[in-house]
Amino acid sequence: MKLSEYEVGNFFDEMFGENGRPRAAARPLARKIESLPPGELLTRQLAADRALVQAGITFNVYGESEGVEKTLPFDLVPRIVPATEWDRIERGLKQRIRALNMFIDDLYHDQKIIKDKAVPEHIVSTSKGLRSACLGVNPPRGIWCHITGTDLVRHSDGQIYVLEDNLRCPSGVSYVLENRRLMKSLFPEVFEASRIRPVSNYPIRLRDMLEYLAPEGETSPRVVVLTPGVFNSAYFEHSFLAQQMGVELVEGGDLVVSDGYVWMNTTNGFERVDVIYRRIDDDFLDPETFRADSMLGVPGLMKVYKAGNVALANAPGSGVADDKVVYAYVPKIIKYYLDQDIILPNVPTHICAEPNELKYVLEHLGELVVKAANESGGYGMLIGPHSTAEQREEFARRIAANPRNYIAQPTLSLSRVPTLIDGRLEGRHVDLRPYILYGKDIFVLPGGLTRVALKKGSLVVNSSQGGGSKDTWVLADSPATLQADEMTQNQSATRVAGATI
Amino acid sequence: MLSRVADSIYWMSRYVERAENVARIVDVNLNIMLDSTSADQQWQPLVNITGDHEDFAKRYEEANRQTVLEFLTFDRDNPNSILSCLRSARENARSVREIISSEMWLQLNQFYLTVKAAAEGGQGMDSPHEFFTNVKLSSHLFTGLTDATMTHGEGWHFSRLGRKLERADKTSRILDVKYFILLRSVADVGTPFDDVQWAAVLRSSSAFEMYRKRHGRISPKLIVEFLLLDSEFPRAIRYCLNAARDSFHAISGTPIGTYRKPAEKLLGQLCSELAYATIDDVMGQGLHEYLDTLQTNMNLVSNGVYERFFAKRMPETRHASMEKVQ
Repeated sequence: MKLSEYEVGNFFDEMFGENGRPRAAARPLARKIESLPPGELLTRQLAADRALVQAGITFNVYGESEGVEKTLPFDLVPRIVPATEWDRIERGLKQRIRALNMFIDDLYHDQKIIKDKAVPEHIVSTSKGLRSACLGVNPPRGIWCHITGTDLVRHSDGQIYVLEDNLRCPSGVSYVLENRRLMKSLFPEVFEASRIRPVSNYPIRLRDMLEYLAPEGETSPRVVVLTPGVFNSAYFEHSFLAQQMGVELVEGGDLVVSDGYVWMNTTNGFERVDVIYRRIDDDFLDPETFRADSMLGVPGLMKVYKAGNVALANAPGSGVADDKVVYAYVPKIIKYYLDQDIILPNVPTHICAEPNELKYVLEHLGELVVKAANESGGYGMLIGPHSTAEQREEFARRIAANPRNYIAQPTLSLSRVPTLIDGRLEGRHVDLRPYILYGKDIFVLPGGLTRVALKKGSLVVNSSQGGGSKDTWVLADSPATLQADEMTQNQSATRVAGATI
Repeated sequence: MLSRVADSIYWMSRYVERAENVARIVDVNLNIMLDSTSADQQWQPLVNITGDHEDFAKRYEEANRQTVLEFLTFDRDNPNSILSCLRSARENARSVREIISSEMWLQLNQFYLTVKAAAEGGQGMDSPHEFFTNVKLSSHLFTGLTDATMTHGEGWHFSRLGRKLERADKTSRILDVKYFILLRSVADVGTPFDDVQWAAVLRSSSAFEMYRKRHGRISPKLIVEFLLLDSEFPRAIRYCLNAARDSFHAISGTPIGTYRKPAEKLLGQLCSELAYATIDDVMGQGLHEYLDTLQTNMNLVSNGVYERFFAKRMPETRHASMEKVQ
């Protein structure tokens, strides 16, 4: 296949430089693609699609009838991240998560940051993620946001920006692992020629982190993954992570609170549970504390949690820092707690709750991207340049009615990656979601979910809106880095084997 | 093992076995039809074997080749059609994906997708024999993968328990319905057609050759004996119940010959009953009555399995399983 026909266009392209030649990090892959006979790339793509359906790596689509399972479309041209760039991303994310964790802890205790007026009180008190039930709670080891997925984008200026933080139950990491497995079978030769950092040790890192949260003195803690059930859109991932970690996957109905502890109902009676990686929103976690109509949670769970007899990841109440208005204050939050400048910048953000900014936003709707503070999945969003006059009027009304609930950002020109469309390579916009684990230390998985907007020109990468995914290759700067990665992997392999006996 | 997980594994196996048995029953009937004129065709008994005749009567006007095939194979509203069974089996497997081997999941998913595609594409019934053979083979492959790739621990025993109880139930239904019909049509008794019918009963349980080796000549009484009381033929009711009992005890940890819970007791009693029964006792009692009681008892065992292992409990009963061995 000839790469010379590929049009970089007026965008930042992750694979090709401005001169139209492959970037240094992408050369082995470019050579491989060029050497393939015509049609071969498509053949491999179809093989990948088949493998995904057969493996049942699917998500459920809400609001549709039986049997509507879709595979997340997978594109076989990866996004490649050079070592030096990754180094900066990793440092930036660690800084961000450390500060956000301090912020959450502060909000549920002394609220110093509000008293010092670095973040306005009304922004915090109106955040949908704030849980009064968590005031004064001390989560195990002082960690609130154990698992975070932070969305990054690159603008045409070449700079990487943080687009949003997902601190509640970020999903997608199973696709990172499965995409990699698929790519290894599709392009083994390129893996041999490039130094691509492995991602497969994520499950054991996750398990280590979760075990670290267990109540003091528990030498072999029982960790479980709590899922809303098989009809949840991310069910595959819940089951996959439980399997890869070698722990039980439980539903709310499997758990029961008694004698101040959480137990699971087994064929041989009740067994105690120490750590719950919950993939259920705060609201549904415990009908005695949160929504009383929840059928998914465990009555009395929060009491056990507050008494320190079970750990929950992520800690209930962490979502307060997930709010898109709070996001706008993250540079100040980092400065306040760490006295550092932000390493990975935020996208410049207009807070509609501020009167001056509101005026600006309403006057410039046609250029801006407007987002609702608490929506995710690409819903509740206006992309100014792609919108109709009616849509803008509709949003103007909504913003004026509830300015607190909206932010606006300039429309970024997201970078592109070559993507196989109808057998040809065309540029498509991407973002990147790396995953960060906060346990004994902060670990950033070298890779992440590259989401791609498959529709021509589209900037919305969400799977619910026609997005797909790609493998993300983070390159190692030296064989030593790779060796270090592999060492944790080998240790992990031993651990997993030991755990299943 | 989580009660919910055990429940799902049990039903996953049961549904695959059920799909296979439906395929067997239909396939054999299609074969018999080749030897008979259309006037003689009997389709209603097939529906009776599955026990879903009431549901069938509600939605279909008459039992003919087309309606019965549709009802038993691809009817989404019939929870016991092949398609529905596989959908349920797959849903159960999906909820225990992290417990079963990935080979099992891949195969079952593929199995379901193939049947679903056949249902949607309207194929399958173009060459029904090939279709039903595929269903049987896929089921065997799944069972083989279960045996060869899953640790033979608690989960595997639940899978075997479900499969064997289902198989015993289906064999008893085949016997019951076929015997009833065959003896009723007195005119056919002793004629070549009768032999064909009886051979079909054996074939639907893959028992034809094994029966021949044991008894040679076709005789209704010996056939009943073979499918009911044989301790070595893997689709015979006695064999299935023995295997179910072994797995039940492997799970509960109670030594065979003793029991803790009613289901364990009843299952042991059924095995003993079949071990000591003679075919003359059974026929003397009336085969239909005998099988009817047997089916009722097997249902009680199934309910007991649910009560003992799967039902939701509260911690007050945490020590209930410490009851004395009797």
